[in-house]
Amino acid sequence: MGAGALMVPSYLMGSNISAEALLHPGMDILTKRKLADVALNTAKSLGSTYADARIGRYLNQYVFTREDKVQNVVNTESFGIGIRVIANGTWGFASTNSVTEDGIKKATQQAVAIAKANSKIQREPVKLAPVQSHGEVSWKTPIEKDFKEVPVSEKVDLLLSANAAAMDNGANFVNSALFMVNEQKYFASTEGSYIDQDVHRIWPTFGVTAIDREAGKFKSRDAMSAPMGMGYEYMDGLESEKLEGPSGLRLYRNSYDIVEDATLAAKQAKEMLSAKSVEPGKYDLVLEPNHLGLTIHESVGHPLELDRVLGYEANYAGTSFATLDKWKSGDFQYGSDIVNLVADKTQVGSLGAVGYDDEGVKTKKWDLVRNGILTNYQAIRDQVHMIDQNESHGCCYAESWNDVQFQRMPNVSLEPGKDKYSINDMIKDVEKGIYIAGRGSYSIDQQRYNFQFGGTVFYEIKNGEIVGMLDDVAYQSNTQEFWNSCTKICDKSDYRMFGSFFDGKGQPSQVSAVSHGSSTSRFDGVNVINTGRSV
Amino acid sequence: MAIYTKEEARQIMEKALSFSTADACVINMGGSESGNIRYARNTVSTSGHRSNQTLAVEASFGKKSGTATVDEFDDESLESVVKRAEELAKLAPENPEFMAPLGPQTYDESISFVDATANIKPEYRAEVAAKSINPASEKDVTAAGFLNDSSGFSAMLNSSGLFAYNKSTDVDFTVTMRTNDGTGSGWVTRDYNDVTKFDPAEAAKVAIDKAVMSREARAIEPGKYTVILEPAASVDLLRNMSGAFNARTADEGRSFMSKDDGTKMGEKIVDERVNIWSDPLHPDVPTSTWNGEGMPLKKMKWIENGVVKNLAYSRYWAEQQGVDPVPFPSNFIMEGGDASREELIKNTKRGILVTRLWYIRSVDPQTLLYTGLTRDGTFYIENGEIRYPVKNFRFNESPIIMLNNLETLGEQVRINGNLIPYMKVRDFTFTSLSDAV
Repeated sequence: MGAGALMVPSYLMGSNISAEALLHPGMDILTKRKLADVALNTAKSLGSTYADARIGRYLNQYVFTREDKVQNVVNTESFGIGIRVIANGTWGFASTNSVTEDGIKKATQQAVAIAKANSKIQREPVKLAPVQSHGEVSWKTPIEKDFKEVPVSEKVDLLLSANAAAMDNGANFVNSALFMVNEQKYFASTEGSYIDQDVHRIWPTFGVTAIDREAGKFKSRDAMSAPMGMGYEYMDGLESEKLEGPSGLRLYRNSYDIVEDATLAAKQAKEMLSAKSVEPGKYDLVLEPNHLGLTIHESVGHPLELDRVLGYEANYAGTSFATLDKWKSGDFQYGSDIVNLVADKTQVGSLGAVGYDDEGVKTKKWDLVRNGILTNYQAIRDQVHMIDQNESHGCCYAESWNDVQFQRMPNVSLEPGKDKYSINDMIKDVEKGIYIAGRGSYSIDQQRYNFQFGGTVFYEIKNGEIVGMLDDVAYQSNTQEFWNSCTKICDKSDYRMFGSFFDGKGQPSQVSAVSHGSSTSRFDGVNVINTGRSV
Repeated sequence: MAIYTKEEARQIMEKALSFSTADACVINMGGSESGNIRYARNTVSTSGHRSNQTLAVEASFGKKSGTATVDEFDDESLESVVKRAEELAKLAPENPEFMAPLGPQTYDESISFVDATANIKPEYRAEVAAKSINPASEKDVTAAGFLNDSSGFSAMLNSSGLFAYNKSTDVDFTVTMRTNDGTGSGWVTRDYNDVTKFDPAEAAKVAIDKAVMSREARAIEPGKYTVILEPAASVDLLRNMSGAFNARTADEGRSFMSKDDGTKMGEKIVDERVNIWSDPLHPDVPTSTWNGEGMPLKKMKWIENGVVKNLAYSRYWAEQQGVDPVPFPSNFIMEGGDASREELIKNTKRGILVTRLWYIRSVDPQTLLYTGLTRDGTFYIENGEIRYPVKNFRFNESPIIMLNNLETLGEQVRINGNLIPYMKVRDFTFTSLSDAV
């Protein structure tokens, strides 16, 4: 229900196909262009002043296992076209999986009919920022190994090895999964662009559970992986991409060792069963990037979406505390002066990286918060005129061909600190604190003021040293207070990306995938509550 | 044509089945038409139409299964999709939890399809939006809303002789009204199978009134309060609780329903006035009368007088445990009382009226502890009257604790396909304040 939620996307429900069929090249580009032109020409002939067509082929492979069993191997293909028009100054959209001249004409007529029906209640005619006509261009995620070419048996074996490692190290249960996505997107618009893109994403994950039946307790430890905009090479587990965390924790940058992580997860899940329950109060928090990424997502990414600020999301995800007057003042202190937050749709390896967005705008990188001051939002073609800008930021996206595209969060990341500073340096400086790694429970209000976050693992810091594991930890804060309490950020050697594979927004709800990079960071005097209850 | 009749669907599926050479074959077919309108800033924003139809064949050889899907239903396509499914099955790993298809079943005739809903046109959706936008403008309020209507069918046929068919329609509406000074917000939700029961002007008025009433909210200390939860406030906590009725996770020891020597089946877990059941033929919240495994759905008690009466067993887990399968519920009906919302308020000395809870997330699955926030209309009650709006709270609470602290049950209301009563509950735990409006 909630925005920012982990949602199961509708494209999970695509048609099932064989693994071999994933390798089929699909419709050729000349046919796509011809069919897209049918939509554009039909729209124009019916009086539309603008139209775009997206022919999408969405290929997914998901592998699910538990303990020593393969639960499911799912290969899906979803193919169709979505047509968006402006008629009488009003948007209309329709989609069909009948990608024929006749099917496309009918869908286009439907889109125009919707636009015209709605124009009767239109009070703010659509105004599009100019966009460059790109002609025929293409873009691909730079991958080394295409998941479609890796045998399913190799993926199954890897997950079962991770499961076995967890069970051998004391887990009672383990579920693991591999999500692999390939979006083959063709975009054409009446602005003269024909854009062909091939986008890849991957997410390996697991949950390990340890049970103390006598005490009536169970604890779970999830994977420390991040979903990435990479190929299957992410599963190589390269030593060069591993980092040593505190208390024996292993952390991963651009390559993931799932067997090693599952081994440690089982040991940690067991350790959690007897971990000390936290004493509530104020603590200095040392937040690891795979944890901090979700806090960035919820407390920076979402509130700086211009559609939220303007009220377009008021009925679902909500609005934003970061109102236009705060931005216009030029001195709104979003965070402390070491806080620099950037939006970037071009970051290599990130989930949000594409060459062009879903309305044909070339992607870029821009500042959201510089030296702690709010400087900009995330906006698309029909919004930027409302903040007196004339160039879209290139962050328009639709979950699939049968969803209308709208403003979605680009990768939003915290820049690393400029001075050399490691995790160990940071922990040494903390007298009373908690080190938190990995994502956990998360909740934030509809204007993004008040939030509460948990985590995957928690370690107590006393007088500069980790003294043991904690349980029942959640921190509550206010976005502006929290970011202004940021006192230290590790350098770029610690920089890693967190990702959200299924981020929900909009009505009907759609998911998108987005990354958030950061280095381990310290936040002083944050309120920690104890979440233990007895029922 | 995305909506096929029972006979049309049966003929297509029988044709597909005739091509099968597998040990077992299950065919599922479905189609839907849906339309929506979205508006904000007192004007229309995006809207659209979707049409989809699909037929899925699951072929099995021994415990190896493969599934293939097609969206065209001519003979050649049907033969080809069956062949693809069989090829996939031969290459698949064995599924140790494979269950042979069910034989013929008897299903009740469902009542979930209404022609009026299936016939909604774009002009109707625009009219609904106008019935929010126009009164909002008159009251210095801004409307943002969403209407989605859908009609669809689903059917199942298998090689053991089972055939099932269902048609359904739904209309879902929500609107948020925000005062133009930014200090007040109200919200309403309505959902029906039958659109003729929907009164968009009445719904809009509820949200506008709440928005106006909630302006200039005061901050009061977080803590434990008696609350009157409108059905939209409790529905998600209750639905999250229903997830714990999975017998398998309970048996495995990793659920609220687990205990050291088994499960909490037969134990009293909440106040004895709590009665919860599901019923696909309830006239206010009808659903399909069969589930994805082809199991008939019947009226089923989950909590009776506070005691756990049933846990849900998939066919596989039921076989493992030597019990009959119990399908998961398709709706959620909680017994209410006679008290209206106004009477609940009148009989409250000091408390908080909550319109809805938002961004609810699990904090601890062991205790079913959840966190989230109040939203779109939170009011302080004193001596039987709403005194003033209060700032939103963050809560950390378990529905189990909530239902143990039950004071009064009020009237039932349909909410997201379920029937939930107004509830007065003592000692609901608010842990911090939010500035959000």
